[in-house]
Amino acid sequence: MTLWRRIIDLYVDGFRSMTVGRSLWAIIIIKLIIMFGVLKLFFFPDILGTNYDSDEERAGAVRTALSDSDR
Amino acid sequence: MPDLISVVDWSRWQFALTAMYHWLFVPLTLGLSVIVAIMETIYYKRRNPVWLSATKFWMLLFGINFALGVATGLILEFEFGTNWSNYSWFVGDIFGAPLAIEGIFAFFMESTFIAVMFFGWKKVSAGFHLASTWLTALGATISAWWILVANAWMQYPVGMEFDPVQMRNVMQSFADVALSPVAVHKFTHAVMSGWTLAGVFVVGVSCWFLLRRRHQELALKSVKVAGWVGLAGILLTLYSGDQSSLDVARVQPMKLAAMEGLYDGSRGQAISAFGIINPDKTPDNDEEPFLLDISVPKMLSLLATHNPDAFVPGINDLMKGVADVTASGDTVTTLSYAERIEAGRRSHEALRAFDAAYAAGDEGAMAEARKAIEADYGSFGFGYLDKPSDAVPPVAVTYYSFHIMVIIGGWLLLFFVAALFLAYRKRRVMERSRIVQWLGMITIPLVWVCSQAGWVVAEVGRQPWVIQNLMPTRAAISDLSASSVIITFWLFAAIFTALLAAELSIMLRAISRGPEHESSHVSPSTAEAK
Repeated sequence: MTLWRRIIDLYVDGFRSMTVGRSLWAIIIIKLIIMFGVLKLFFFPDILGTNYDSDEERAGAVRTALSDSDR
Repeated sequence: MPDLISVVDWSRWQFALTAMYHWLFVPLTLGLSVIVAIMETIYYKRRNPVWLSATKFWMLLFGINFALGVATGLILEFEFGTNWSNYSWFVGDIFGAPLAIEGIFAFFMESTFIAVMFFGWKKVSAGFHLASTWLTALGATISAWWILVANAWMQYPVGMEFDPVQMRNVMQSFADVALSPVAVHKFTHAVMSGWTLAGVFVVGVSCWFLLRRRHQELALKSVKVAGWVGLAGILLTLYSGDQSSLDVARVQPMKLAAMEGLYDGSRGQAISAFGIINPDKTPDNDEEPFLLDISVPKMLSLLATHNPDAFVPGINDLMKGVADVTASGDTVTTLSYAERIEAGRRSHEALRAFDAAYAAGDEGAMAEARKAIEADYGSFGFGYLDKPSDAVPPVAVTYYSFHIMVIIGGWLLLFFVAALFLAYRKRRVMERSRIVQWLGMITIPLVWVCSQAGWVVAEVGRQPWVIQNLMPTRAAISDLSASSVIITFWLFAAIFTALLAAELSIMLRAISRGPEHESSHVSPSTAEAK
């Protein structure tokens, strides 16, 4: 049996024989869907990445914001 | 301005909620992985099926904790990009590099070897399986290193140079960032506190088995391993805590003053062992700092400097700029906070001049402005403050968190000494005394309180700074509306509460079911036979 076949078997057999692991994977998948499919998508944009096209513009925006002592 | 304060406050609450939730899982992962690895090593040497049973049982609880904690830290990274975009840009690669390395280690090392740990019992040799278990523990510890390096840099920014063109702090020395004394001591303190926490968890759950007269041999063996790991953990936590107090006294003296509710320092400064903070006391009035204070003479000087007669500055001293008193009684002054505010504003003025010169392409003016920024850069963050007392952290929260941590930490030292003594010398007391068993179980929530309190000291105590002296939280924040942050805060609170309930439910069910019978296990040695 090749090394790759053995590695694949390790995962396939491992996932098949899970007991508590099934509930855990369900929770992990739900969590990741909520995080990336809902939170990241709708609530957590990358402010500088989205609003500016280049690093120079991003640096300029931060420079303007941070040179304001009254901030 | 009121809306900005609201955004800052809600963003801080949101970050605190996610970080504290994340830290419920992390220390248990750090410590339990080591306990499981030690148990498997003993099984590997002795081939006693009880050790195999113990290894598999605690490994299952480790897996539940790991699975439910995994990715909770990712939300912190979302928040950096959304709520704290000025901060994220300003810190540049200094923060990004350790987090990227952590991600690579977390993904490749932990997840690879965790798969072998759980799926490999019948598939790989006993030696390879054992190595995978140790490498999982090592991977988790290395991951923690990089996160704590990033955190330490925020408390003690070193190894960088500010570049006004990129508007970032650019790393000049990776070694200075990764191996600063603050990073080293913070790492040791946090990881060893994880060993301590996991030790209490295992001893406490074992006490429950003893109380129920179930799996007594496995429980006693578990108490012995967890007792030693926990004792090593708490001793090294105390040692690294002592080293950290030297760091704090040197690089964050205001935090130390807040930890002790100390307004006016002195030579041979006493430590407040226990006290009740006067809620009416502020840095701007003359009220007494304490309603009740029980102190130990000279102890703060000893802990902060290892010299019982040394001067320890208080909040007022630091604001005024008094940093030390010589042996002859003369005061040695540094810049007052009012002067540092002026210096910070000069550096902001220079940054505005740089911005104008950069837009005009005037190289000479840019060089001149850059020099002016560098001259006052150490006080850059003070430029955002309105008055010196704005640089004082919330004293009561910092004081009480610190004292809760220390008092519970003292109890944990006694706890592990007693657990080991009973497990080795008074086995029957351990098996039969309900008081001992209940104490073991009650200590489980206490150790989490202690662990969280430690982070509250570290993070609330350094306020108003997000980067010490360079950036206060209010400058770090993005241009957001308060309502969007409030919505996500409550969304998180609901999701995290549901996930925590799920974890507790799965964990408690697994504990209640207990370890599988020894004979039902297939040891990794059968794979060797194949």
